[in-house]
Amino acid sequence: MSTLLEVKNLKKYFKTPGGMLHAVDDVSFSINRGETLGVVGESGCGKSTLGRTVIHLLPKTSGQIIFDGEDISDVDDHKLKELRRDMQMIFQDPFSSLNPRMSISQIISEPLKIYHVCKNSKELDSRVTALMETVGLALRFRDAYPHELDGGRRQRVGIARALALDPKFIVCDEPVSALDVSIQAQILNLMQDLQKERGLTFIFITHDLSVVKHISDNISVMYLGNMVEKSPKKELFDNPLHPYTKALLSAIPQASIHRKKERILLEGEITSPINPKPGCRFAARCIYAQDRCREAAPPLEEMAPGHFCACYRAKELAQG
Amino acid sequence: MSDKLLEIKNLSIHYFADKTVFKAVNGVNLSLERGQTVGLVGETGAGKTTTALGVMGLIPSPPGKVVSGEILFEGKDLLKMSASEMRKVRGKKISMIFQDPMTALNPVLTVGDQITEVIKLHEKCSSLEAAAKAKEMLEMVGIPAERFSEYPHQFSGGMKQRVVISIALACRPEVIIADEPTTALDVTIQAQVLELMTKLKKEIQTSMILITHDLGVVAEICDKVAIMYAGEIIEFGDLEAIYDNTAHPYTIRLFGAIPDLEKDVDRLEPIMGLMPDPSNLAPGCRFCPRCANRMPICETTPPPEVEVTPGHMVKCHLYKEGGLA
Ligand SMILES: Nc1ncnc2c1ncn2[C@@H]1O[C@H](COP(=O)(O)OP(=O)(O)OP(=O)(O)O)[C@@H](O)[C@H]1O
Ligand SMILES: Nc1ncnc2c1ncn2[C@@H]1O[C@H](COP(=O)(O)OP(=O)(O)O)[C@@H](O)[C@H]1O
Ligand code: SF4
Ligand code: SF4
Ligand SMILES: [Mg+2]
Ligand SMILES: [Mg+2]
Repeated sequence: MSTLLEVKNLKKYFKTPGGMLHAVDDVSFSINRGETLGVVGESGCGKSTLGRTVIHLLPKTSGQIIFDGEDISDVDDHKLKELRRDMQMIFQDPFSSLNPRMSISQIISEPLKIYHVCKNSKELDSRVTALMETVGLALRFRDAYPHELDGGRRQRVGIARALALDPKFIVCDEPVSALDVSIQAQILNLMQDLQKERGLTFIFITHDLSVVKHISDNISVMYLGNMVEKSPKKELFDNPLHPYTKALLSAIPQASIHRKKERILLEGEITSPINPKPGCRFAARCIYAQDRCREAAPPLEEMAPGHFCACYRAKELAQG
Repeated sequence: MSDKLLEIKNLSIHYFADKTVFKAVNGVNLSLERGQTVGLVGETGAGKTTTALGVMGLIPSPPGKVVSGEILFEGKDLLKMSASEMRKVRGKKISMIFQDPMTALNPVLTVGDQITEVIKLHEKCSSLEAAAKAKEMLEMVGIPAERFSEYPHQFSGGMKQRVVISIALACRPEVIIADEPTTALDVTIQAQVLELMTKLKKEIQTSMILITHDLGVVAEICDKVAIMYAGEIIEFGDLEAIYDNTAHPYTIRLFGAIPDLEKDVDRLEPIMGLMPDPSNLAPGCRFCPRCANRMPICETTPPPEVEVTPGHMVKCHLYKEGGLA
């Protein structure tokens, strides 16, 4: 299995009136071709910023991005336009991400036009038809406008638009979070089918741990701009190592009355990402925190094959 | 004597816009006993919020109108009360927690003043006494009293929702209606808030209707569950009935559509079709257009409420009193 994307020491800081906001702070990971990396974490921990920075929708502060064997850390506009064909994004709110004044067929054909993919309007028409069929949109919606569609269909339009240029890689930012569960399942199935058929690679951002477990091959857990754990999904759920991951997994309410599990309740709230203190970002809420945790940030280390964790005490805690 | 504290009978609420009627709530029966927590579960547009607003006497009118029904609270019909009588019930005896904490908080008042105001409104006490009580309430929901004079924007989402909860609890109401109180929160914060609500509910002996679309949250804190679809309660029962002896085809499919943490499946089983349009509901069973079990009778005749086992109510032609039809 070959690596499609490799990210090294990626940082994205924002200047704010209160100081430097460390939205993504020294994150490294890689994704294999055809696989899905799920990214989970609390609101504001940097998931969307990570996804956007990786595909150059936001300029990075520093770090290295290698895509399909090529270093794309620093690219000019021309190269960026070329990259856009291969790297696409699907957004959470299909409504605000679709232009309300464009019809469905115009929205889907826009990228095809920008990149002059089709020789004539007949070819363009048949490409749009094929894309609508691929995502399960009835052709009678060709001339409809986004507000006339329900949330599930709008998300299908967003997916069709992302697929138009036949990309290799898609960042999916909470693509089903705004949908009802019965509709959510339809869209998740569609995305899995498309991935299989087209060999797509996904970053799948969500705060829903049941969804991420269903859709991902590997899962990474973020906390305040840091990636604190990354592992194959089964291993992560069976054997979480980071104290934050453990609390997170124990807090998921399950739709069953037979699985009462021991809940780890965290104290306090997520702290501010503005000018963060040195040391482990989780220290303020961690019951295992020691002095060294507040002095320097723990590195992300491989604890078991493919299982990475950033915690000084993970090994010791795992041994009980 | 029945312990029924709140009893909703045959409640229908419609919204009238131009020439269209949106039938948001259709013949809902639901009762809440003292000390109980009932979960009201359904997807977007099922009519959960409208039902809650109906109980609170807060249906926006126009366009909304209660077209039939009774809402008995301590034996009296809330729908027959005058506006001033209703104001005494609202907040004091029945209070509501809204999904978005910001809509419930005033951005230009400190959180402390907002809690104090509610206490003064409902209890005869001096401003000083009310402020002292408000500080107690803040501490009770886990916010240090020193933060009394801060404004809502200085608080995180979870803290704001705790402030809203403390306002709802300030007058020790008999009933709390919580409309998706944790939907906007992260799971670790959700766990804190749910734990807090359960604890406070015990302490002040409140009953609760918990509105949610999350069957996981319900499993954790509810005693009874009502499943709502297209403005109707299509299944009702205790946790065992709903989770282990699920009867209604919609409820069964709803469980099937949620990814299960303990079971790995390659594909989910979505419910085909779309959410029903409340201005154009199917004439017979409302779920009929999406139901894999539908029969000819389902298309023409609304199924009656039947009790399949004591306390387990289902609205579906597959069942008759006492079990399968
Ligand atoms: N343009 C910006 N300017 C300043 N700060 C920003 C900007 N965009 C994001 N941030 C900050 O960066 C941090 C990470 O935000 P981000 O949107 O990536 O979080 P997220 O994990 O996607 O959260 P959510 O689950 O709420 O979508 C937050 O503290 C956010 O306030
Ligand atoms: N103010 C309103 N005017 C018109 N229709 C409304 C209004 N409020 C709600 N509705 C409609 O009533 C139905 C039920 O809505 P609601 O009670 O908010 O459902 P839920 O809380 O279960 O999502 C929906 O179809 C909704 O669009
Ligand atoms: S490094 Fe220290 S503070 Fe951070 S998670 Fe591990 S034990 Fe807790
Ligand atoms: S009444 Fe008929 S259509 Fe409705 S849920 Fe039951 S079987 Fe399905
Ligand atoms: Mg985001
Ligand atoms: Mg609602």
